Formats: sequence, C-alpha cells, structure tokens
Amino acid sequence: MAVRKRAATTLAAMLSLSELCFAGAGLAEPLGLPPLTIPQDNPQTADKIALGNRLFHDLRFSSDGSVACATCHKDDHAFTDSPLRTSEGVGKKTGTRNAPTVINAAYFTSFFWDGRSPTLEDQSQHPFLNPVEMGLPTHEPILLIARSDPFYVELFKKAFGKTGDGVTMEEVKKAIAAYERTIISGESPFDRWRFGNEETAISEAAKRGFEVFVGQGRCVSCHVIEQNQALFTDNRFHNIGVGINRAQFDVPRLSAEFLNAKSKGVDVDKAVLTDPKTSELGRFAVTDQFDVIGAFKTPTLRNVAVTAPYMHDGSLKTLKDVVKHYNNGGRSEGDPAQVNDYLSGGIRPLNLSEQQMDDLVAFMETLTTPAYFGAKTR
Amino acid sequence: MSEFVTRRSVLAGAGAGAALTTLPISMVTLAFGGEREDFTFTYISDAHIQQIKGASFVRNWDQGLKRAVAEANLVKPESDFVIFGGDLAQLGKREELDHGAEILSKLKGKLHAVMGEHDYYLDLGDYWSKLYGPHYYSFDHKGVHFIVLNSILTSEQWTFHRWPTAEQRMLEMAGLDNPNGSPFMVGDKQRKWLANDLAKLDKKTPIVVFSHSPLQKIYKGWNFWTDDAEDVQALLAPFDSVNVIYGHVHQIQYNQIGSISFNSVMATAWPWPYPQSYAQAESHLPVLTIPMNRADPFFERDATGWQLIDIGSGRVAARYQLWDNDQRTVAFDHKAGHPVDVAYQEPTQRRLPQTHY
Repeated sequence: MAVRKRAATTLAAMLSLSELCFAGAGLAEPLGLPPLTIPQDNPQTADKIALGNRLFHDLRFSSDGSVACATCHKDDHAFTDSPLRTSEGVGKKTGTRNAPTVINAAYFTSFFWDGRSPTLEDQSQHPFLNPVEMGLPTHEPILLIARSDPFYVELFKKAFGKTGDGVTMEEVKKAIAAYERTIISGESPFDRWRFGNEETAISEAAKRGFEVFVGQGRCVSCHVIEQNQALFTDNRFHNIGVGINRAQFDVPRLSAEFLNAKSKGVDVDKAVLTDPKTSELGRFAVTDQFDVIGAFKTPTLRNVAVTAPYMHDGSLKTLKDVVKHYNNGGRSEGDPAQVNDYLSGGIRPLNLSEQQMDDLVAFMETLTTPAYFGAKTR
Repeated sequence: MSEFVTRRSVLAGAGAGAALTTLPISMVTLAFGGEREDFTFTYISDAHIQQIKGASFVRNWDQGLKRAVAEANLVKPESDFVIFGGDLAQLGKREELDHGAEILSKLKGKLHAVMGEHDYYLDLGDYWSKLYGPHYYSFDHKGVHFIVLNSILTSEQWTFHRWPTAEQRMLEMAGLDNPNGSPFMVGDKQRKWLANDLAKLDKKTPIVVFSHSPLQKIYKGWNFWTDDAEDVQALLAPFDSVNVIYGHVHQIQYNQIGSISFNSVMATAWPWPYPQSYAQAESHLPVLTIPMNRADPFFERDATGWQLIDIGSGRVAARYQLWDNDQRTVAFDHKAGHPVDVAYQEPTQRRLPQTHY
C-alpha cells in the first residue's frame, strides 16, 4: 500500500475536487464517505479554495503574529495540534479544549466541542477573537490585511469579484470554509474492507474489534456506521463522564453562576474556553438544558489513531485509555468513585475483556486514511 | 428536554425557549376573582428501585432517579415542593425503600410521597409509612387545596385471603397483564374521608389530587384503572377547577372529564407503550394525538423523565423534562376547556414516529 501524498491539500487536488463539486456530481467522495453537501450561497471554486488555504495558514491574523488556524490544525498532524492536551494560543496561553481535527469537519452539523456554532463559515470567525486563541480585539486587523496585501486583493477579486470595503468577514469566512470542505478523507483500510470488500485490508484482530464496536461495546450507537458510508458520529451530545465527573459536586453552583452571567450578557465563547470549570458544563452552556450538562459532541473516529490525546479536554492519552473509560461505565483513573448524576443513558459498564479492548483499539487503528499514516503525533 | 425554568404564566412561552432571568413571582388574576400567586412544584415518579442481592441494585433504575433528583435541584427559582408519585420500590422491600429514600433525601425542598402498588403489597405500606407518614392526607398551599390519595387498594378478599405469603401477593400485583391481579380502588373508607375533606371547601377553591393510579378507567388489564373512579369523580365534580395528577402509566396521558383535568407523569425507570387492547377487556384509551417515539434501546433514559408542574389560575401545566428528547408541555387551555399538548396542536409541528428497519 503506497502512501499517497496528502492529496487534499495540494492545489491540483483542490482543483479537480472543486470542479467535481461544481459539476454537482457528488461522486468525488472518497470510499466510505457520503456525498458532501455544499451550501448554495458558498459554491466551491478553485480561487476561493486557494484563498481559504492562504487565510487558514496566515499567522498575521493574531494579536502577536504567532498563531494561525493551522497552528492548532496542523496539516502534518492530521489537522490537530497533537500531542498537546489543550491548544496553545497567543503568548502560549492554553485554553480548555483539545483541538479537534478539521478532516471531514465538512460533514458535521455543528462546530466546537459544545456545538455552539452551526456552520463552518460561522465557526471560522470565532478563534480570531478568543483571548486564549488568536487574541484579536476585533476582526478589523484581518480586513486591513485582506484589503491591502496584493496577493489577497487579487484573490478576493477573483474569488468574489470584490475589492476594498467590498471585502468583509463574510468573504473571509466563506473562503476558509470552502478550503476546509476540501479536507475530507476516507479510503482507510477499514473502508476498503467494509465498503470495498477487500477481505485482507484489515487484520483479524481489527475484525474482532469491529464486532465489539457494533456489539458488546455499543460504540456504533453514537459513532455511526451506515450501510454504504461511515462518519462515525451521530452529531449529538453526550455526557460520558469525562471532566464532568470531577466537577460534579460543583454543578449546582456552576450552572447557577453561569446562567446568571449569561443573562447579564457574558460571551459564552470566552467563558467556556477561559474558565476550566465552566468548560465542563459542555453543551449546557449553549442550550441551558439540564439533560446536556457535561455533554460534548460525538467526534468522528476517522484518523483517530493519529489524533491523540482524546476527549474535549485531551485528558485521555491513548485509545486504550478511552476504551477503558467506557468499559468502566464512564469513569477514568483519578475520577471520583461515583459517576456524575447527569451521565448519558447510553453509558454503562461493558464488561469487556482485555482481549476485546485490545481488538477494539486494533479496529480503530484501521480508520486512518493513508495520507495521514505518517502524521506526526509524538 | 429539560430547560432552565422560570415562573411564567401557563401558556405564554410554553414550548418556547425560556428567558434566563429570575422573574419576580407573578400575581395572576384568578378566573374566580381575586389574586393568587402562580407557583411551580417538581414531580418525580415511578423509580422502581430494585434490589438484585445485598447491596446490589439495578443500575438503570438507580441512575434514572439520581438524574431526576440532581436536575430537579438545579431549577431556579426553586420549586415550592416536590411530589414523589409512587412506586419508589419494585417489590416493596425495606432495602429498596431505604435505597430509594436515600437518593430522594438529596432533594431540596419538602417532599410529599404518594403510595404505589409496588410500595404497598409486601407489608401493606407499613415500612413506607415509617418513611413518609400517612397513606392519604391533604394540605393547602398558596390558595390551592392538595389531596394525596392511596388509589392502589383492592378488595379485602384479594388482599388478605388469597395468597399464601406476602411476597406472593406482592409479585402478583407487580405483574402487568396478570390475570391474578385485581383492579385498584380508592375504597369506601378513603372516599368517606375525601367527602369530609372536601366538605370544608368553597367550590371555587382550586383542587389538585395526587394519586398513583389514574382516577379514570383507561385499561383494566394493566391496571391503568381505578375501579371506583366514577365515585371519586362524583365527589370532585362540584368543584370548578380540579386537577388529577397520576403516575403508574409511564407515559404521557391527559384527559378532561367535566371540570376534572387529568395529567399523567413520566417514570424515571422505563416507559410503557400504549397497551394494545385484548379480547377480554374493552380499551378506554384517551385519543392519541401524537405517537410517542419508541424508546431507543441504547439510551436507557429515553422516553423517561420528570416534570415541573406549574399551577396558574388554579389549573395545571405539566412540563415534561424528557431525557434525550424534546421537552413537552401539556397545559390546560382555558379557551378549549381541557388540557392540550402545547407544541403539537399544529399538524405541521408533529414529529412522525421513528421508523426502524
């Protein structure tokens, strides 16, 4: 199996992909992925993708010129900042959340670990302003550069037919999102086995692990696999005991304080990234609904073997640690003896053997797209 | 789904996103003149705490009750009091009642408990009484008269002279669709007490009755039923505004008979589907306006939950906090004169039942 270059990030690949999307063929998706939906008001074009690529990697859009989108979503780290537990922003400030991969984010229905943003376009604008990420006071510095840098002037004109004040954050957001929609990847050994009927694509251990995944482990209930494709996410939010177990005794105070602050207009984006305890409230911070206290979005499992550490807070180092957490009914070492009262109804002790857990890890290791086999994770 | 709760008038904003401020208590103008405070209480029911052996209990039922208690404690402003609607235990054992009581002890606010058949038929409510006091009584709160009934009694013959052991009696009554069971009733003694209790009241006083079984005849085979329901209803009928809130059925039901509104509450343990009629008994189900999503076998908490009950203008709005699901509100509609499922009146709002392949 030859390791291909990271095709998705080469301009040539972008061109061919965007043309296909253009044609609305919907057949460009790699093996194992469903057709990609492109928003009607933001069609893929080669110029827009090239522009988005440049914006994504531009360090100048941060308060001290040290952080770009790509700082936490590194191309050669499978678009994460592995092995960091939580991301480092300007001035080496760390936030509360582990950077999720951008790969296949194009398929998600909400963004950030707590789903507080509905689209890739919307999501792209927030890290610029977060004090522990890119730290800008407003979006103005971005627009100043976008309207004056000759490269950008040319590309905004080509991509959107706009110059000067015609270039706004709308165009910036659309370009970044268009670029991110090219970062999709399937064709993993699992895909070749499951959807390509290649019997020898994965090991016997991985095949046994798949049985655990869909059977006794019940992983598939949230990490969804369909008949002819698999995104390994249900796009929903679940309290699985990570983080919240340790904060459980503070929930009454935290929830009351947070709701009080929210009613007075505190910025949720800043609150959850800068205050570790508030961060553990998870989806609750977005919806105010009790049944999503401590709940976070189900991440895709594609490329999971190269995107350690795991969970919203990067608190679990290895896939084996993750499997153990689920096997214990939503508890990890160092958690209080009692799981939190708000635990999702899907989480319970699984009684998996050591062998079954190892097989499960072997299965998850087959979900890596060849392009990311060499991703730097250590 | 559970959401942050504020005191609001019954229908305004029901089903819409709640405001996040702690509103002052609103004074509502009563339909029968004068003013009275709106208020909210919490209703948790049907926990079915079940001992496996020794200190080992069914985890799923424990989790349901714990979660309801934890969430109920987060409601701001705090509820005025909490009702537990019966079936705290599965087989009426002291260990089960103790274990359940320990979980309930974490609740903030005063707890009132209703007797369920699973709490009763082992020792006829003896140990339960040590924990929660009398089997039936009444109290007044902010101008509303509350009555707690024990509606799961049955004939003397069945109770005292049919079964070789108390354990056997408990098992027979715990079975669903069990031909050896016996229809529930409130009974003569309690109905006399009820008549006396009501005699002191002005007919305009809003009344809320808590019972475990429905005080209406729905389905005999599952004891969704009270044998002397008509007699109890006759005692309540002269009052302008009567609300019966019952557990036992593990599903959302509502109905109106004369001036009496009926609302069921959900279980924290497991859901029951609507029973299918079978040949031996006629089914008297209320009209099903929206099919409930069937429980997803993965999410143990699906189709279970707890409730916040708003009392406004002497009528009930039951706000169901449903886990892994959308919150639903069944509120009395003063124009229509009966409870309505607020979010689902418009056909376009209705969600089709899930299809499984």
